[in-house]
Amino acid sequence: MTRSGPFLTLSVYCTLILCFLVGPILIIIPMSFTARDFLEFPPSGYSLRWYVAYFSDPDWTGPTLFSLKVATLSAIASTVFGTMAALALVRGRLLSNALVNAMVAAPMVVPSVITAVAFYMLLTRLRLLGSTVGFVLADTILTLPFVIFPVAANLQRIEPRLEWTALSLGASRFAAIRLVTLPLARSGIAVGAAFAFITAFDEATVSAFISSFEGKTLPKKMFEDIDWSLSPVIAAVGSLLTLVSILTAILLALLRSGTRSTPAHDH
Amino acid sequence: MTPAPPRGAGQYGPGLLTLLLLPAGLLYIVLFGYPIGALLARSVQDQHGFTVNHFTRLFSQPLYLTILEHTLRVSLIVTAICVALGYPLAFWLTRLRGVAFSIAIACLFLPLWTSVLARIYAWNFLLQKAGPINRLLVSLHLIDAPLTLLYTDAAVITVMTHVLLPFMVLPVYAVINSIPRDLGRAAQSLGAGIASEFRHVLLPLSLPGLLAGSVMVFVIAMGYFIIPALVGGPRSLMISTLINEQIMTVLNWSFGAAISTLLLFAVLVVLALFARTLAVARRAEGGA
Repeated sequence: MTRSGPFLTLSVYCTLILCFLVGPILIIIPMSFTARDFLEFPPSGYSLRWYVAYFSDPDWTGPTLFSLKVATLSAIASTVFGTMAALALVRGRLLSNALVNAMVAAPMVVPSVITAVAFYMLLTRLRLLGSTVGFVLADTILTLPFVIFPVAANLQRIEPRLEWTALSLGASRFAAIRLVTLPLARSGIAVGAAFAFITAFDEATVSAFISSFEGKTLPKKMFEDIDWSLSPVIAAVGSLLTLVSILTAILLALLRSGTRSTPAHDH
Repeated sequence: MTPAPPRGAGQYGPGLLTLLLLPAGLLYIVLFGYPIGALLARSVQDQHGFTVNHFTRLFSQPLYLTILEHTLRVSLIVTAICVALGYPLAFWLTRLRGVAFSIAIACLFLPLWTSVLARIYAWNFLLQKAGPINRLLVSLHLIDAPLTLLYTDAAVITVMTHVLLPFMVLPVYAVINSIPRDLGRAAQSLGAGIASEFRHVLLPLSLPGLLAGSVMVFVIAMGYFIIPALVGGPRSLMISTLINEQIMTVLNWSFGAAISTLLLFAVLVVLALFARTLAVARRAEGGA
């Protein structure tokens, strides 16, 4: 091949870029197993002490459980309301309107520091800073577009006539949606729900503003600790989070290939 | 015989549409439109009523203008580096097959699936005075004494590039992948070298993806808060850290709101220019 020379150069360049992308993430995993009181790479001794420290310290487990609770509640809310909205937007042919599209995308587009300040002012006035309600409200609106877009994309591929066939066979509109359309859209809904959960769980900017001393999420706790100390506990937390994300990604990929190969009747 | 559908096939009546849209619509209005609107309103208010003083102050004090300029410069540098790294990477990905492709894609997606704070933490360690990068540079005799890498603009630019690079690669990859390979082969058969094939075929056709990626990276970089807050210098504020300082430390909500309004305006201008450029390009394409 005449082009193998330049292509080889390109391959070397791009491999280096991939190392830049992945290296810092992979480096924290061995670091989290260090036996020492401070970070070093490569660690001179290995232990699980920082994982033990993480799981036994209420200052870490508290925010973790709080994040799980808030992300779960807001992912449920945005999955339900987002799926309903996506149905209306697709069947009402509203999504082809550029203005509607922009409005739906707005929470993703507006810089998160602005949303954070807006929420901080609102929740301060409502005395909801650091509360479960405050976080669930904030995370629900932030994650709605992450549900609406994948669900709408999935619905657009579903033949609308399937639903009225069910209607013509005597099903009610709600039964037709619930028994025909939603099962067909479930891979879009699953992707949307996973995006919503991960986005809410990982949300750091709004958290940095609307947390309080008692009510803070895991990203806020990590933010404070990176700012004040560089304890290896954060490496342990980071490694665990990376592991969970990779497992979620694999699960989603399996789910997608599963829905593609099996028809919808095995519900 | 199939009965006629009650309305156009798959069309929902206005009642059902309203019912389905109501919860999300209310959330958008109450939790997004209202707080953002209140923030914008706050920027032109003080205890006496309407005022434009906050904006006058923002544009008349050299300190704030320096911060605005600094934010623009850092965001532009990050965007330029993302182009230089992301464009070749995206092209390379379209030419990979099999296992190599799967590994490369996994490397690209792994950061997207990793907590941003875990990544900032890793960089915080890497860039320390006694950190691995300084140790490596010293042991290679490239430098005599460890450099101050952390809490500098260079640190902000490095970490932002690391976090935002996938947002450049993915749209460019999608566009390059949709360009028919025959075009390149046609150019070659007509005697075009790699350079001229790139300039006349690949680059013009992939420009929309490059533009989309650049706009996305630039806009996110301008408003990024946690990266400059954690690895940036205490003396070189960016817009987002200035907003944070005004709202949380100085407690001047109105001035913080005015800076937020300016940032939002800047982002919307960039996005509007982007939309216009795309529309013009599409019209030119249609006319050709």
